[in-house]
Amino acid sequence: MTHLRDFLFGPFIDFAFMRQALVACLALALGAGPVGVFLILRRMSLVGDAMSHAVLPGAAIGFVIAGLSLVAMGIGGLIAGLLVALLSGLISRYTALREDASFAAFYLMSLALGVLIVSTHGSNVDLIHVLFGTILAVDKAALIVIATVTSLTILCFAVIYRPLVMECFDPGFLRAAGRWGAICHGIFLVMLVANLVTGFQALGTLMSVGLMMLPAAAAKFWARDVWSLMLTAAAIALASAYCGLLISYHAGIASGPAIILVAGGTYLVSLLFGRADSLRSRYLRSAHLTA
Amino acid sequence: MRLSFGSTSVALGLLLLAPPAMAADQLKVVTSFTILQDMVKEIGSNHVEASTLVGTDSDPHAFEPTPNDAKNLAAADLVIVSGRGLEGWMDRLIMASGYKGPIVIASTGVPERTMVDEEGEDSGEPGKVIPDPHAWNSVPNGKIYATNIIAALSKADPADAAYYQKAGEKYLQQLTDLDNWVRQEFATIPKDERKLITSHDALGYFADAYGLQFLAPAGLSTESEASAQDVAKLIQQIKAEKIKAVFVENSMNQLLVKQIADETGAKIGGTLYVESLSKGDGPAPTYVKMVRHNVTLMVAALHGQ
Repeated sequence: MTHLRDFLFGPFIDFAFMRQALVACLALALGAGPVGVFLILRRMSLVGDAMSHAVLPGAAIGFVIAGLSLVAMGIGGLIAGLLVALLSGLISRYTALREDASFAAFYLMSLALGVLIVSTHGSNVDLIHVLFGTILAVDKAALIVIATVTSLTILCFAVIYRPLVMECFDPGFLRAAGRWGAICHGIFLVMLVANLVTGFQALGTLMSVGLMMLPAAAAKFWARDVWSLMLTAAAIALASAYCGLLISYHAGIASGPAIILVAGGTYLVSLLFGRADSLRSRYLRSAHLTA
Repeated sequence: MRLSFGSTSVALGLLLLAPPAMAADQLKVVTSFTILQDMVKEIGSNHVEASTLVGTDSDPHAFEPTPNDAKNLAAADLVIVSGRGLEGWMDRLIMASGYKGPIVIASTGVPERTMVDEEGEDSGEPGKVIPDPHAWNSVPNGKIYATNIIAALSKADPADAAYYQKAGEKYLQQLTDLDNWVRQEFATIPKDERKLITSHDALGYFADAYGLQFLAPAGLSTESEASAQDVAKLIQQIKAEKIKAVFVENSMNQLLVKQIADETGAKIGGTLYVESLSKGDGPAPTYVKMVRHNVTLMVAALHGQ
């Protein structure tokens, strides 16, 4: 028994960095998981990746102004990400271009601008690597930032939950709802960017985008209602983080990829055996019908 | 006009086309990184125009040359590199630029030392045993570098050879004094307490010369991600061996080192300059000041200050 306890909990009892990583993942799971669910419902699953490129010019300008300051670069990245997200959102509301297409257009421009600023500034310190953290290096300050963003995200969800759900299934609704629709849409985009940028800075791109999208995709095979999707996604994200950290500790493999691969494995298992619409349920249902 | 060195038609052509300012009687030396540039300046002062490809506060391993770099290189009279695989990008750049003049390897004559290339940043193969390129960090090796540079400048510009010899001897004396000072400083610390953690493997020659032990956190690079196990082992090691100080480098991701320091109570000793100099107003604008800065920080940390 003690062996099992040491195996499962020992690393977190002995090392503060393991505890901090786990708490960071808990916060990220609660905030980013639900955001991921909405991204999937809105068919914007790849926006997280696009955003990791879109923040570059802001981070670069922050660097040019204030040097290697995480705060300045983070704020710059946040502004650049928000600009890209809000412009894309606006364009998709007022033109026929779909949101993912306008996102692609703006993030590419943003990325090009970022590369340009970095190259003309002439320092070959890799901004991306300075900007993006790792799960093992989460400190108290980073924890507070992530926890704050998560809390605000959950509060915002509570406020705009209904219109947001309506829009996912009836995209015309918020457009028809006029100004309030635009505000809801805007708040959602701000939450998205805030979650991603703080995640990038504390945990790195792979971790924050991975924990946002994979649990949400896996949850689709277990739950049907939006609220239960959100809860399932958060639970899967947290469980993946715990297992991934444990594997990283015992097997000596890199932590970020370990966590994301556990989440990926959960997605594959869900795809095969989930309750709702998985391969198993489809196969069994068709077998039943033909019998 | 200097014609005696092995100049090529390209370099000569550019030299003749160059405006007839003072550039004509200055030897144009292109070095690969800032420490070499500083040594060339110290020895050649106003007889040379020393430039560097990799600038201050930058990593000489990973360098993206611009067309301007190739242009400068093509116009050079002399190219000085550190060698031993430090400047993996150099051959291609020289080929692309069309420079055909002499290339001097400043580390020639430094005793061989191997290191394990943990991050694969030198060889592209993590874990491979390769020649250690970071020879300049020990002052005795710095003297070998300086001697090679004196010879190279004298050969490329025989008219000013007497000057280079004289200035070089003065610089070598400065380095001897520096070496003695470093030894005195470390002598104040018992040998088995000279243990430090640093995020980079550039201090092997330095450690050998002055009897220090550097422990590197494995995988702590910007290219590869550390595992929880690596970090946990390192924390245990720091606690077990009672290591007092953790140093981060000027061009690395510092977050993980900070995390380890927080958890063990070891101090973050400050920024060591080991692969590049700082800008003029920074703490390490010259090679001599760089060594003094590094040693001062290390000794203070080892004394627990």
